[in-house]
Formats: sequence, structure tokens, C-alpha cells
Amino acid sequence: MSVQNGNNVYQPYLMRIERAIDEAPGIRTFRLRFEDEEAGANFRFKAGQFGEYSVFGEGESTFCIASSPTRTGYVECTFRRVGRVTSALAALDEGDVIGFRGPYGNTFPIEEWTGKNLLFIAGGIALPPLRCVIWNALDLRENFGDVSIIYGARSVEDLVYKAELEEWGRRDDVRLTTTVDPGGETPDWKGEVGFVPHILEKVNPSSENTIALVCGPPIMIKLTLPVLAKLGFSPGDTFTTLENRMKCGIGKCGRCNVGKYYVCVDGPVFTLEQLQNMPPEY
Amino acid sequence: MTETKLLRKESLGPLLQRLRQGGRRIVAPCQAGQTNTVWFREVDGDEQIDLERFTVASAKSVVFPIVEEILKFKTIGRQVTIQNGTPRVESTVVVGLRPCDARGLEVLDAVFLGEPQDLFFRKRREATTLITLSCSKADENCFCTSVGGGPGDTRGSDLLLTPVQDDRFLVEVLTPKGAQIVEVGAELFEAVEADATQVPNKERFLASVPVRFSLSDVEAKLPRLFDREEFWHEQSLACLGCSTCAFVCPACSCFDIQDEGALHGGRRLRCWDSCGQKLFTLHASGHNPRSIQSQRWRQRIMHKFSYLPDRSRITPDAAGRPGVFGCVGCGRCSRACPAGMNIIERLTAIAEAEL
Repeated sequence: MSVQNGNNVYQPYLMRIERAIDEAPGIRTFRLRFEDEEAGANFRFKAGQFGEYSVFGEGESTFCIASSPTRTGYVECTFRRVGRVTSALAALDEGDVIGFRGPYGNTFPIEEWTGKNLLFIAGGIALPPLRCVIWNALDLRENFGDVSIIYGARSVEDLVYKAELEEWGRRDDVRLTTTVDPGGETPDWKGEVGFVPHILEKVNPSSENTIALVCGPPIMIKLTLPVLAKLGFSPGDTFTTLENRMKCGIGKCGRCNVGKYYVCVDGPVFTLEQLQNMPPEY
Repeated sequence: MTETKLLRKESLGPLLQRLRQGGRRIVAPCQAGQTNTVWFREVDGDEQIDLERFTVASAKSVVFPIVEEILKFKTIGRQVTIQNGTPRVESTVVVGLRPCDARGLEVLDAVFLGEPQDLFFRKRREATTLITLSCSKADENCFCTSVGGGPGDTRGSDLLLTPVQDDRFLVEVLTPKGAQIVEVGAELFEAVEADATQVPNKERFLASVPVRFSLSDVEAKLPRLFDREEFWHEQSLACLGCSTCAFVCPACSCFDIQDEGALHGGRRLRCWDSCGQKLFTLHASGHNPRSIQSQRWRQRIMHKFSYLPDRSRITPDAAGRPGVFGCVGCGRCSRACPAGMNIIERLTAIAEAEL
């Protein structure tokens, strides 16, 4: 837990937007550099953790850290413009300064996965938390077996990280399947057409020695989990992140409380096994 | 440490006067305007203090203000500078809170003093001394004895005053902070003879608060009642979702963080909030994990009587005590609820539910 600046746990780092990328309609990615170089040099996080990003005068929003911990000196976030804070964020540009608190929360136990195959399944704007793990794994490629990615969005233009999808598609050590919902394809679309759970069934990955990571809208997760079970993935080897509304990020404000857990400190990473023992309030 | 003294009731005013002169702020129950209700507020004269009636809200705002400035920011062009919020921490004496209120602050301690500590809370807490008043009367909404407390409970207090004679308080000096108060007004306090027979038995002067329900049954049954939608629907039919209960509660600690901005700067605020509010859990996507009021009522009950004690057994509070419940039995929520919801009735129904 990093505590900065006179022990005021609510005080953010100042971050300058070094790069701003329009990913898809309403979706942007920022690469953020620490204004305080020393803080940036000392900043460490692990895959799965999140932060509180703020526009001063508008408030804070919670997003995962979308960049990989193997790439230091900056953090990246990807967000959809949907409310007050994200609208204000979306209006900013390279060179502007925002606030960032973190890293918060638990992590994917990636160091326990050495030698295992990784299957990533993501829908829409939920690729960012997995993108962090994907790059983390690809930067340590020799530690893992097969790396498979199934990613779907409503339409071709709604896919995020388009350049990276192309890069993953070109690599022969990554098995990438992209899909769009029926009607979302363009004439030159070369990927699949269909919903993520169906495409997962079609790809039919082996569950042997494999960890499944699933992030997506609730409906996608709900329909994907039975397919994973059918493929033989155990609840203990199936991971996801919860996206409960948060404010403090440090287990105090009460907002992300689900059963006896606080998603901000006990999560956001949970196994399906853990979720099955929690009230369905997420 | 427990040392016992006597204090004449008429000496309380001069004691507070002296504390005030020594630079301490006095917060006490006072009638609010012409409302005929009593609330804690800062007092500059003793004639305003009402030690007879229960306050509408608890004293928690002394350490956990409704709105706390956690930082200030200035924006000049593309440059932003941040300045830490500095709470106006003045040495404060709260007088006339009840044993339930003092225990309520311990519930807040478990949240705010758990790592990482909330600096604003800690500073205020450290600067606050509690002169608690035992209850010599209780009403039908009181249930401190059902949740581990009592009308003369010393837990959480620095000094506990119990009216033991028409004109005197028995004073229990419970902490070094309490001893400092006694030191300030040394000659106002009367020694109690070492001879034990001279010490008034305080129990005789305390209100009788019957145990209304079994707390262990409540805690044991809640996890199994969680899925009984009909049960929670019935429990919460009257609930308006107004959160009055949370605002008057000594143990509710949930908060929001909001910016108050202007063109060239502003401030970030930590503000009271409540799980009874629909917006409390609303996701940006429009999905709401607790979308209906019965689920929010269930959360209120589960959090106080199941999750908090369960969690605090895993992670003991600052004082290392296991099993902190989020309720101290003050009955304020029942008194204040605009829809007449009664917490004792609800908890009794839970304790006695057929599973």
C-alpha cells in the first residue's frame, strides 16, 4: 500500500497525460507520467490492481491500470465517457494534468501460473484489465505455455486497442480470436461474427493445465461461465475482476461491500470459486 | 485505570468554564432553536446544555464531520497544485454523550484507524475527550443491553459521570485523557474515601434496559436469511430510502468523495453517505447490484450485524478486540425514522425467524 504526501491517504499523485489515444467511439486511453519523477521511479504495481483517477473540480473515477507492470515509469488507463468525471477526463488532452491514487486492490496470482496455458476472454470495454495481464505474460513469454485471447465487441469500431490486436494477431506465440456481434461486422471484417460465449465454444480451448481469465459485461460473463464449465475449467482456475462502484479504494467508504468482502481491498480479482460463495451483489 | 471521584452537579458548569478558558472547545447537547429537539453543538455558555433529553443525532460529527475537506487544489493554466486539507483540530471535550455514543466511536475507530489510517479522523479523535453521562432513564427504543452495552458501560469513555445522589455525579476516571480533565478542575472533584462502603453503588442509579432480542441469534441467522427476498421485502416495505437512520447513527461510517470545483481551483470533500441510497452502488453502466430498497435495507442490517463482526474477527480493530458490531443500541434510527420503522422489531423478527 503506497501512502504518499504527509500520510493523507486521499492525496493523489499529479500525472501528466503523455499520450491520448481514441480507441473507439467514447473510449480513450491515456498514458500518464508522474509529475514527481522520483515518485514515478519508485512506483510499483501488479497486474489486476486499480487506481482512482481524478479531474480536479469534477471528482474521482475508478479504473484498472491497463498497462503492464513490466513497463515502468508510467501507467495507462482506458475509460468510456459515461458520467461527470469521465466526460471531463475525455475532454482533456496531451499535456494536461490529472490526479491518480493507487495502486489499490489485490492482484492476479500470475507468479503462480508459471508453465500454465493462459486463456483470456474479454468483451467490449473490459479488455483493459486483461490487457495488463496479457502484456505482463507476453513480456515474460517463456514462463507460460499457450496464450489464447478471445475478444469480442458489439461492432468493429467498438473494438479497443486495435493496433495491439493486430500485433497479437501477427505473433505466432499468441492465438487471437476476435469477434463482433451479428450486424456489427464491416465488409472487410476478417474475424468471427457471433457472441463471445458462442465463439468460445467454437474455439473449444483445452482446459488442461490452463487458467481462464474472463472480463466483460455481466451478461457476457453469465453466459460464458457455463461454457467454461463445460470445457472443464474448474471454478478455482477461472478468474475475473469485479467492477463495483468505489470511492475511497482503501476499504473504508463502504460502497463496494459484497458480503464480508470489500472489492477494493479483497478484490478486484476473484476466482469463480470465491464468487460462488459471495452474495450476488456485483 | 479506574479512579473514582465525586462531582457536585453544580460544579460541572465551572469545570467546563475552566476547560474552555484552557483553550478547549466544549461540545454538548443543546436544544436546537425552537425545534424542541436536542443536538450536539459547540457551546460557549453552560445554560444551554441539556443533559436530560436524548440527542437526535449522535456525537460522531466531532470526529467524523458531515463534510471534511481532504485537499485543496489550484489550477493555473495546465499546472495543478495540491494542498493537503488541514482539519481544524481543536482540543475538544464532548460532554453529555451516552455510553452508547462512546461505544459508537469505537466502531468508527475500527474503520478509520485500520490501515491505512484516515489522518483526518485520527487527528480529531486524538484531540477529543469524552465526558460521558450514564443513563438513569431509558425509553422504549433503547436496546444497548441487547448489543453488548449498558446504561453505565464505561467502554470508549474518558470520564463517566453517573448521577448517584440528587446533587452529585459519581465520576469514573477511565483514561489518561480523563485524568487530565480532573487535573484541570482538581478542587472541584471530591475524593471518595478509600473505604469501599463509601463508594455509591452506581448500578442502583442506572436505568433498567431490558434485553430485547438475542444478538447471537441475529448474527447466526442472517447469512441463512440472505436469500429470503420476501422476508426482506416485508422488513423494508415502509422504507423510504431517505437515510435518516444512517445520519443519526453513531456507528454508520460510509462516505462519499466529491469535488467542489471552481474555474481556478477548489477542494475535495469526504462527505457522509449511506448504503440506503440508490446511487450508492450504481455502476457507470447503469447496472446496480442493489437496485431495490429491500436489498439496500438488507445491506444495512447485514453490514452491521453480520459482515462487520465477521470481518473484524479476521482483522481485529485498532484495540485488537474481535467482533465489532455496527450497532450500539441507541435507538436513534427508530426515533428518527419518518416512516416509523422500528429497529428492535426488525431485529427481533430476524432473531426469531423460522429457518
